[in-house]
Amino acid sequence: MTATAGIRTVTFREAFREGLREALATDERVFLMGEDVGRYGGCFAVSQGLLEEFGEERVRDTPLSESAFVGAGIGAALGGTRPIVEIMTVNFALLALDQIVNNAATLRHMSGGQFSVPLVLRIPTGPGRQLGAQHSHTLEGWFAHVPGLRVVAPATHADARGMLAAALVDPDPVLIFEQIGLYGVRGELSVDAGPVDLDGAAVRQRGTDVSVVAYGGTLAPALDAAAELAAEGVSAEVVDLRALRPLDSSTVLESVSRTHRLVVVDNAWRSGGPGAEVVARVAELALDQLDAPVERVGAVEVPVPYPRHLEEAALPSASQVAAAARRAVG
Amino acid sequence: MTGAERRALFTTMLRVRRFEERCVELYSAGTIHGFLHLCIGEEAVAAGVLAALGPEDGVVSTYREHGHALARGIPMESLFAEMFGRTTGCSGGRGGSMHLFDASRRFYGGNAIVAGGIPVAVGLALADRLRGRDRVTACLFGDGAFAEGEFHESINLAALWRLPLVFLCENNRYAMGTALARSHAETDLALRAGSYGVRSWAADGMDAVAVQEATELAADTARAGAGPCFLELRTYRFRAHSMYDADRYRDRTELEAWRARDPVELAAAALAADGLLDDAGRKELEEAVGREIDDAVRAAGAAPLEPVEDLTRFVTTATEDGS
Repeated sequence: MTATAGIRTVTFREAFREGLREALATDERVFLMGEDVGRYGGCFAVSQGLLEEFGEERVRDTPLSESAFVGAGIGAALGGTRPIVEIMTVNFALLALDQIVNNAATLRHMSGGQFSVPLVLRIPTGPGRQLGAQHSHTLEGWFAHVPGLRVVAPATHADARGMLAAALVDPDPVLIFEQIGLYGVRGELSVDAGPVDLDGAAVRQRGTDVSVVAYGGTLAPALDAAAELAAEGVSAEVVDLRALRPLDSSTVLESVSRTHRLVVVDNAWRSGGPGAEVVARVAELALDQLDAPVERVGAVEVPVPYPRHLEEAALPSASQVAAAARRAVG
Repeated sequence: MTGAERRALFTTMLRVRRFEERCVELYSAGTIHGFLHLCIGEEAVAAGVLAALGPEDGVVSTYREHGHALARGIPMESLFAEMFGRTTGCSGGRGGSMHLFDASRRFYGGNAIVAGGIPVAVGLALADRLRGRDRVTACLFGDGAFAEGEFHESINLAALWRLPLVFLCENNRYAMGTALARSHAETDLALRAGSYGVRSWAADGMDAVAVQEATELAADTARAGAGPCFLELRTYRFRAHSMYDADRYRDRTELEAWRARDPVELAAAALAADGLLDDAGRKELEEAVGREIDDAVRAAGAAPLEPVEDLTRFVTTATEDGS
């Protein structure tokens, strides 16, 4: 970490860790549990040093029992604590789907509002580098389908640093999807960075010719594409959804009402994904604002393959986003 | 155990039995809908387990939980109202028969995914440990749940962390229509639970006194910091799995053999033998329970339905007021 004039450069990993350390230090009800979060320091080294700082009661290594420790997080939340549960990757979160969908999302409703589940799940997601189909899933859209859950996808260092604190204040379950591919990426963060609002999309770059809607792992390629387009004289506006549930349509609609062109970018398969929901809402509420067909960029509908060249071909890229924007602009 | 305690167990079982019988009538009359799972035959488990717990202890149950809810002290009126889908129901009418909740009595459902409540119970016990509270969590589930991974993950985790938790396996010998021996290679469930380093034993689930005493020992052990206990309560359901079940998978002679040990009548006979309940006393009790049920059904039926405008309430805190 280096600091100059109130701004320092940190990795996403460090930003997430800073949020965790602050949460553990400021609220004694908060604890962290998950596979290898303690002694190992976290599969992606996000929680490194926290066991030494806060002890084994509050930084708890669990067995490889995703359903049990996610459910235990739900119960502990019901019991008046503020659990942060890390599921090693979204691929393994499938082993805890019952607890997330049938309990975390429904207990408030089924009990007629008697119980809140203030649980925070941290779930690394997205492809790594040549990890094969079972370790490369992007499934945050599945969870965003479910009422009762709040789903956020931090794509900036400030959101990585600040979303956890806001999530812990929320009385309902919050799923924070952390991009595996971003952990080592450096960026600027204010020295006094703190909690951020969980609600609402953010315009990350102003533009006038086309709206590019991205989130999580696709914000960086969207911004890269915008830079590429700027050099060609095309002004792209980049919207970061930030939250997939509740989805902030208004920021997208407002942007489209100015640019009249839309490109939506998913890291996931396009069928039934968050991008599809964005397009559906624009079609419902602002179809008359569109001057060109909507363009969509996403993963090719195939399990992510191992070989480098095929993996690259399967996943969305900045050049694909730029090409889609050019088509939209015409 | 005192005579008064034994009479209390009998009264609870009688209330559960008559409550369930009324549920059958109301279901047939089209007043109760959805899935309805009755615990007739298993009343000793409900009465004995819940009598062993204190008001600060937590309870996690299953979709066959009417008896547990009644024995926990949830009023009949709010249980009927819940099954009628009325706002005065113990879950505001949103849950129904399988999702009975009561925060004031630390009754955490009413979980209709087999074994789905078990990890939650582990977390409740963990929260008590972390917050330094002197209470236990009672986790009720059936023999079917013993086949689920969630049970095995959870008992290992609870044992590893020595949590104040009691696993109460209400073994009625059938996972819906599949007999224990047709789904488990080793049918001694207490033996298997013991392999997790948990103190485990079986008790007669048709004897409420035995159930209460076993649960008290298990709860005291867990409360004292010795880690979780596992109790296998061997019982039998006299009726089908649910109202949809034609019950074609059980031998009538097996059913009759278990009926001969009806927990309600066993307790009545034992009380009579000790001079604690005579015919007049039984009749008086039956009449009181009948009146309680009549009054509860009447009040529940008169309670309002939630307006459709409130449909989206209770999804998140933000929608609590229907906004």
